[in-house]
Amino acid sequence: MTGSNKIYPSADAALDGVLRDGMLIAAGGFGLCGIPELLIEAILKAGTRELTIASNNCGVDGFGLGKLLDSRQIRKMISSYVGENAEFMRQYLSGELELEFNPQGTLAERMRAGGAGIPGFYTKTGVGTVIAEGKEHHDFDGETYILERGIVADLAIVKGWKADETGNVIFRKTARNFNVPAAKCGRVCVCEVEEIVPTGSLDPDAIHLPGIYVHRLIQGQHEKRIEQRTTRSRVSDTTGKKETA
Amino acid sequence: MAAETKGWDRNRMAARAAQELQDGWYVNLGIGIPTLVANYIPEGVHVTLQSENGMLGIGPFPYEGEEDPDLINAGKQTVTELPQTAYFDSAESFAMIRGGKIAMAILGAMEVAENGDLANWMIPGKLVKGMGGAMDLVAGVGRVVVVMDHTSKHGESKVLKSCTLPLTGQAVVNRIITNLGVLDVVPGGLKIVELADGVSEDELRAATEATILG
Repeated sequence: MTGSNKIYPSADAALDGVLRDGMLIAAGGFGLCGIPELLIEAILKAGTRELTIASNNCGVDGFGLGKLLDSRQIRKMISSYVGENAEFMRQYLSGELELEFNPQGTLAERMRAGGAGIPGFYTKTGVGTVIAEGKEHHDFDGETYILERGIVADLAIVKGWKADETGNVIFRKTARNFNVPAAKCGRVCVCEVEEIVPTGSLDPDAIHLPGIYVHRLIQGQHEKRIEQRTTRSRVSDTTGKKETA
Repeated sequence: MAAETKGWDRNRMAARAAQELQDGWYVNLGIGIPTLVANYIPEGVHVTLQSENGMLGIGPFPYEGEEDPDLINAGKQTVTELPQTAYFDSAESFAMIRGGKIAMAILGAMEVAENGDLANWMIPGKLVKGMGGAMDLVAGVGRVVVVMDHTSKHGESKVLKSCTLPLTGQAVVNRIITNLGVLDVVPGGLKIVELADGVSEDELRAATEATILG
């Protein structure tokens, strides 16, 4: 028994009392894969402003975190990739949006470390680039590293596949991505899943995110939009085992 | 440039890059031409492709109607899994990259310099792409191979004495494969390894701003 109920009836209810202007939110997802679309929608509705969001991407124009760009609720992004999001690039280049570029692995580790009580770590990533500017450099065994800080977010919003009633979560395929490190770095973590199953029905050996990291839980329908639909034809695929990335 | 009639096209560049792969390797392929390398892996060479969004063992594109929104590569394209596939989170993914477990990364580039500096993530004031996982990859993997066009659309060399764009990594590139040939980064400059079909050494040198030794 966990002693308290983590299950909320809706995304709005799950975010009640945890949103405030100017807060730092860590969001899971990579591109549009595994993004907490219901919680993003609820933040849009709540109208919380001046947000700093740590997320690998910022959705696309009009979907995912892109909605919060359109509504001008985001003051600053901590991201590795702007990519094909035209509004993200436009707001950044015009100076409307602050953007702290983090290498993808550094961002993931900053979240992981923050959640693990590690306030900083040294990495080779970014040495000799603009990323290293103003950061402490340290040599270990003849190689130069820079100091990066762990992230502790006021709120983590993540998306899982299934959770039990105590918040143990499993993810599906590459939708796990940033959801695990983002969840861990949140002082409060709200997780949306496709299905909440009875406690005891998930294999304890298969849990990807133990319930200790998850404070609030909702179940809902997900659009799960595909960014780049790439396929192969059934007809021409007689060559067999060609791998395509 | 006469890239149409002379030298290698995108697919030939990818095929040449595939010759760099060794049996048993774990490899990360970047977006663009590097992605095509997977189509040319030589017979008998078994490599496991890593996707930095959390997958080892990338399979082919799915058949139409079998696309899974939960299964994409780092280029956000729908892919499939293989019998040996493993999934993991982003922190784990970059632990194996940073930790030197990936033998080789094959990446695209905007500019490369003769000391191995690489620029491939932004053009200040114009194009902001972001570095994604490229900075982590070049800092962590065993060997970095760059595949790119030798010159810009305007005919300017992209193989330079020093990069003009913000760097992705300092002195990180080992080998450069372009439409004109193959060059290695060695002390003091670049060394020609191979010329593309129909390309003379003089033509390669003329298209290269960087120092070519010998």
